[in-house]
Amino acid sequence: MIKKTKRIYLDCAATTPVDPRVLKFMLPYFSRKFGNTVSLHSFGREVGEVLENSRQIISRAIGAQSKEIIFTSSATESNNLAIRGVALANKNKGNHIIVSSIEHDCVLNSARWLKDRGFELTELKVDKFGLINPEDVRKAIQLNTILVSVMHANNEIGTIEPIAEIGRICREKNIYFHTDAAQTFGKIAIDVNRMNIDLLTASSHKMYGPKGTACLYLREGIKITPLMCGGGHENGKRPSTVNVPAIVGFAKATELCLKEMKQEGDKQSKLRDKLIKTVLKIIPEVRLNGHPTKRLPNNVNFQFSFIEGEALLMRLDQYGFAVSTGSACSSRRLEASHVLLACNVKPEEAHGSLRITIGRFTKESDINRLLNILPKIVNDLRSVSPFKLKD
Amino acid sequence: MYTKKVLKHFQNPHNYGRMRNSDGIGKVGNLVCGDIMWLYIRIGKNTKKQEIIKDIKFETFGCVAAIATSSAITDLAKGKTIKEALKISKEKIINTLGGLPPIKVHCSVLAADALIEAIYDYLKKNKRDIPRDLEKKHQILQKEKEIISAKYKDWVETEEKMHSHEQ
Repeated sequence: MIKKTKRIYLDCAATTPVDPRVLKFMLPYFSRKFGNTVSLHSFGREVGEVLENSRQIISRAIGAQSKEIIFTSSATESNNLAIRGVALANKNKGNHIIVSSIEHDCVLNSARWLKDRGFELTELKVDKFGLINPEDVRKAIQLNTILVSVMHANNEIGTIEPIAEIGRICREKNIYFHTDAAQTFGKIAIDVNRMNIDLLTASSHKMYGPKGTACLYLREGIKITPLMCGGGHENGKRPSTVNVPAIVGFAKATELCLKEMKQEGDKQSKLRDKLIKTVLKIIPEVRLNGHPTKRLPNNVNFQFSFIEGEALLMRLDQYGFAVSTGSACSSRRLEASHVLLACNVKPEEAHGSLRITIGRFTKESDINRLLNILPKIVNDLRSVSPFKLKD
Repeated sequence: MYTKKVLKHFQNPHNYGRMRNSDGIGKVGNLVCGDIMWLYIRIGKNTKKQEIIKDIKFETFGCVAAIATSSAITDLAKGKTIKEALKISKEKIINTLGGLPPIKVHCSVLAADALIEAIYDYLKKNKRDIPRDLEKKHQILQKEKEIISAKYKDWVETEEKMHSHEQ
């Protein structure tokens, strides 16, 4: 057996640890400041105020007004609320929805849920880098189109979509535009007005905040049907007692991300590029999935010929490295990733994909360690495979 | 998700690699589903002059479970008579591994099928009588292969191209 060495976490697109500075800020809200935000007494008022401060911090981060932010429990919930909530509330205007074919399952399945209930759905194709052509959005728009949803950056291959251009087209045509920014909020600058975004999903646990909270930006004046029936929390749009400790953490994490965005982006893209360049040079029969430059600063996605991703992941795990094949949610499924297939990657090649996502706490020495061990692991698995390198 | 035994086989697979001058080869699986298993056997005789699987090796493209089941079946088959080897079931493979996640049970089927095909290949090449059960199983496996080949013609061609196996 191989001795367990230091563990190195390179799966920051799946989730991130809570930054210690964030955790410290959250702690009083579990015990001392525990009130319900809608209570009228002093316990309620003190957290009510904190909730509104948090809302303001997050709204400012994307150039929105604070009343346009709805707190939810997860990006999945925000995306469900955006797609299903807007479609149901606006069906008098039309029943056609456009989404990209590489959206996260929660967007795709929300859209398909609507399709099963009489809505029309267009799933836009992408090019081999995973890019949406904004002109394809224009062509797909019909008289009855009410909503377009294209993610800001893809969670598996890291491709950054031209959302400002898509937003401009949607605004011209007077159609609501939603973007899932779970992978970009706090990492890439967003301005909902400049980019003509009407709805935006942001998540806390992908940017060093706690799990269990996220938000939906909903432009003032857009009608939405809540997913749940309940009381008056979040202006009736998302009833449920508000998760104050998590939201406080979300806001603190947002503050830190904004302050350190430039420096973090530079550091991570440098590590990313070193990893990509070196692997492509030292390991034969490897390709990069996703776009070479229009790419998240923390995302690397390789495709290794002749071997399978899960096997590669588990061998790396043996050496203490945590990575992912495609999307973390897919690891209990057998099919090749829908994102890679949409990029026209052949199924047998898609099976050999590996996603490495770095973060705030990744050190250059971590990448060096990975670069030391990866060629050996790939080689070992290739020696078990019936497919070989051509001599 | 995986048992310790599965991980042990995966981390240190037994009997892997290509076998030159094998007596029989079983090739099963397909690239579309993401698992390909090749099993090579060499036949010898035991002290009772019965034919046995003297040596066995595998080459597998696939997940943790595919590699572990390949390794496990080589352990199970080595030294067994042909008759005994044909009786190795997927349940037997799963048991020696201490269980498999439900979604990965098909890997044990693949391993059992690969052994059946390797033995069939040996018997056929040497113009031996083929038990009726074995012939039937072989026909079913061939048919499945044809259906997949027809459905995914391009991908099967890729598979052929990727392979540089000396005949």
